[in-house]
Amino acid sequence: MAEKRIVLGNCGVIDPQNIETYLAKGGFKAFIKARDKMKPQGIVEEIKKSGLTGRGGAGFPCGLKWELARNTKSKTKYLICNADEGEVGQFKDKYLLSKDPFTLIEGMCIAGLAIGAQQAYIYLRAEYHSLYDHLCRAIAQAKDKGFLKYTDIRVFEGAGAYVCGEESALMNSIEGRRGESRYKPPYPPTSGLWDRPTIINNVETLMNVPHIINNGAAWFSVMGTKRSKGTKVFCVSGDVARPGVYELEMGSTLKELVVDLAGAAGIKAVQVGGSTGSIIPVRMINTPLSHETCLGSGAVVVLNSDRDIVDIVHNNMRFLHEESCGKCTPCREGTEVMLEILGRMVRGDGEAGDINKLEDLARTMAMASLCGLGQAAAVPVLDSLKYFRDEYSDLIDQSLFLRSYLGSELYKSEEAVI
Amino acid sequence: MSTAGKETPSSIANRAELLPALKQELANNNSLSKTVLTSLADKTGLSLSEIYGVSTFYAYLPVVAAGKNIIRVCGCLPCDLKDAQGVIGSIKKELGIDPGQTTADARFSLEQVSCIGACDQAPAMMINDTLYGNLTPARIADILKSFK
Repeated sequence: MAEKRIVLGNCGVIDPQNIETYLAKGGFKAFIKARDKMKPQGIVEEIKKSGLTGRGGAGFPCGLKWELARNTKSKTKYLICNADEGEVGQFKDKYLLSKDPFTLIEGMCIAGLAIGAQQAYIYLRAEYHSLYDHLCRAIAQAKDKGFLKYTDIRVFEGAGAYVCGEESALMNSIEGRRGESRYKPPYPPTSGLWDRPTIINNVETLMNVPHIINNGAAWFSVMGTKRSKGTKVFCVSGDVARPGVYELEMGSTLKELVVDLAGAAGIKAVQVGGSTGSIIPVRMINTPLSHETCLGSGAVVVLNSDRDIVDIVHNNMRFLHEESCGKCTPCREGTEVMLEILGRMVRGDGEAGDINKLEDLARTMAMASLCGLGQAAAVPVLDSLKYFRDEYSDLIDQSLFLRSYLGSELYKSEEAVI
Repeated sequence: MSTAGKETPSSIANRAELLPALKQELANNNSLSKTVLTSLADKTGLSLSEIYGVSTFYAYLPVVAAGKNIIRVCGCLPCDLKDAQGVIGSIKKELGIDPGQTTADARFSLEQVSCIGACDQAPAMMINDTLYGNLTPARIADILKSFK
């Protein structure tokens, strides 16, 4: 199956610095239709019927989220576009923002109308500072054209924290606090930024909105699978010939993406969904990509047959340990201990009970962590133990051999040299 | 999520401007020293401990003085697969510092950081706000020279 470029439709086609080129392609038609011909409740209904789900990873039904915020009584409501793209292997939002900021702005204007938000933010990660002026210019052009009369948009820059991509941590960050996750409930649509009803949507989610309003919910919902409608933008990196951004209909197979489009060969496994994503062995390469199977935020890292799986999982854990906000114990301590165990294993100092310890910890973290970071941190560990258990037990066996051969003390003293 | 007992509209508004204010101070002062944070506490009415707590949470708000140019090499999976460690090794050789250190002449700081969103150009690094992708250890010397 070939690419289906809907969200990417304007990328490379319009001049991202010039709103006229966007208007010439039918830009802001959807906003004008929503403003003049639809009631806010009607916009929400249309998005609900389309089956659009969140593209940031969790896959929550977008229309339902909007309805919750719409129905919460409050004079002030907020809309936030989550452009804190910190996921490992993820660069689609950067691509979208740099190539087509206007579709996002239009989507935000429509969302603002639908839920009744007069102030909207684009939370841009600090690493994308070079896009700050670019986005501000695009917003200024939309303002000049009178599109921001109902909902004003401000770019808010983050300061370097992966966890701020989690919605409650993101709101804390905008409020000027440490970007730590909040206890839920309350959920943001009832009580979010400064305790007001707040909608937080991913860049890609919002960019789908103008297309749905223009073409109708029925047009959108025929694409995809039962629970995953429309298309998905994927970022492919790792051991492939053509790394980059690709858009496919939901339900397309992993093979179409990484082999046919990105040109991978000699695959051992693929990690889908970033640092907390599933690890899919090559024998399951025909897995369809959807919320029902594996999807996450769409980061896809291909691993060839030279790669050691425990190394890969260790690298993931180093990242998660570094980025854990530290507020809740299961995540803060769990990532610490997992990093220690995995680190020992890759250094050749694994112990017999390590696999059980990892599995025990994984269960606790999934059940007891406050937010998605800790809850999903163990996914790659559990997946790799399921599909590549031999690599773990081999490392442990080798460690036992190394220790007995070198003598435990001697080995430890030489560790620094090795 | 209120921290202190008394939250007033002005303290909420001042907190909301805290991150932009810290960034502005950083641009003016090179680092967020105790003097800088104390004067910000006076200006905003927020406590010094809260402001310190916020700045130390974020990777891009350093409270210790960094070099004039900050090199941030991505160490996450896609870059690691493409020999990010070789790139770091090459920088270490050129500058004589490890990640987390600053050169004696304070011209460069080196950091190994989390994903910078350039996985399609792995291995990648940022020097200040400029992105360098598709790196090889051999290219490092030339790139660093342009900052001398």
